[in-house]
Amino acid sequence: MVSPFRIDKSPIEARLSSLLSWRHGVCLVLGCLASMAVAWGQSRVNPAVPSALATLVIWLPFILKGFALNLVISFLAMALATLLGIGLGLIQISLHAVVRAPARFITHLFRNSPWLVILFVVMLIIPVEIRVPTGGKIPIPDWIKATLAFTLPVMGNISEIVRGAVLSIPTGQWESAEGLAFTRSQTLRWIILPQCVRRIIPPWMNWYALLTLSTPIASIFSIHEAVANAQGAMEAAGARPEFLFPFYLFLLCLFFAYIYPIAVWTRNLERKYPVGS
Amino acid sequence: MLELIAPFFRQLYERTGLNFIVFYEPYEFGRFLNGAATSVRLIFWSLLLSLGIGVLGAWTQGARSQALRVGVNAYIQAFRNTPPMIQLLFFYFGLGAFTPSVDMGGYSQPLISSFTWAIISLGIFGGAFNIEIFRAGLEAVPEATQEAAESLGFSRWQTFLYVTLPLAFRISLPALTNNLVSLAKTTSLAYVITVPEMTYVLNQVWSDNINVPEMMLLLFMFYVLVVTLLAAGLHALEHRLALPGYGQ
Repeated sequence: MVSPFRIDKSPIEARLSSLLSWRHGVCLVLGCLASMAVAWGQSRVNPAVPSALATLVIWLPFILKGFALNLVISFLAMALATLLGIGLGLIQISLHAVVRAPARFITHLFRNSPWLVILFVVMLIIPVEIRVPTGGKIPIPDWIKATLAFTLPVMGNISEIVRGAVLSIPTGQWESAEGLAFTRSQTLRWIILPQCVRRIIPPWMNWYALLTLSTPIASIFSIHEAVANAQGAMEAAGARPEFLFPFYLFLLCLFFAYIYPIAVWTRNLERKYPVGS
Repeated sequence: MLELIAPFFRQLYERTGLNFIVFYEPYEFGRFLNGAATSVRLIFWSLLLSLGIGVLGAWTQGARSQALRVGVNAYIQAFRNTPPMIQLLFFYFGLGAFTPSVDMGGYSQPLISSFTWAIISLGIFGGAFNIEIFRAGLEAVPEATQEAAESLGFSRWQTFLYVTLPLAFRISLPALTNNLVSLAKTTSLAYVITVPEMTYVLNQVWSDNINVPEMMLLLFMFYVLVVTLLAAGLHALEHRLALPGYGQ
């Protein structure tokens, strides 16, 4: 019998997924265009110099080139973070406390530090170039260092997601595998992990979105991604104050246009594979 | 305070070369304290603003007006799906250009400082997440409790204040803890609009004194401490407010 005073948590998930619809996206794009028009209207004072919006159009390819670097960083960091995170997560559920403790420490250290702090540490600690024993030098470009830095916090979070997913599989699965004479590694590989994949994918996508939203931090270290390129473009076009509003608004819209579909897709997957199932 | 710890850290530097200059040089110590105070104030006010926005936004979801609900949803989606750093830059540079300046006798100072912009921007960013958390909490309160309150003669407002809200707050507390901790970490991004918080100050210190590893260690320790204290406080609150008879 269901108690009338039972706290039903299912509206939490249902509510989140019903929130997202394409209508909102259209509303926002319209709002953005309207504010662009306002910015355009304000800056048509002097016909001799191009308006802020015309300047934005001129520099558009340059900013988009920077955005491509954002995407490259996010892909590489995510791939690396997934590999390392799954490894770290599996170490976290090891039966040996000696192995488990350091993995848990690393996971929590990177989960609980601000991204900017991790970026500072990695950017300043990793050398500019590596000396190979044969005598040559391999330079490490800044964006590679930034990619490594972005990998670390995502790795910590994926490690925790993997641990949570393995713990969410009913004990009966382990016991019946044991009854069929599977060893621990066989059970993990053939029975537990395949069931985890479904539960891991929605949070994994969520972390990809968060990672992509964090890549602009790299502009602090003069890596030529979208924000740094936009700032460079504003500087090159005369650094007029009326550029600031449309340029930064355009950057917001650029990221929104990329992230919003991913968010919608993630919510749909979450609805399809609820955690309780 | 400084007199107590200064000899130890000075000796540490002389013997091992570990230069924790902020703990023995009065000028750098003052900088460090200012940075820590700014960081704590920034965290406090942006968390408070985000909580206020969260409660207000969740309350509007029960409103009859369709336009209000669509507006709040659009706000949530806009701020959840764009980079917080660009939001900060947009608020400070984009909107800051439109706010009036005050003549301070010789130089003009903007009415809204970078610190205030950081609070506004981060509060609005965190608030977008809090609205969803509070709303989910309000919806998870069983209908039957509200009916029971009604049958006991509670008015609508009394039901909300004494029955629904306390229950909803307890239900949303775990999710809220996660979000507030994450927002506290995000405050370090205020660095980009030159708010003199911990990251910014220690960056200046290590640029002046070339003691990067030591100051980075300190920066890590500072955030680990802040995050641990915040999480511990919220967990204690969660434990204290736990409903008897629910969960383990």
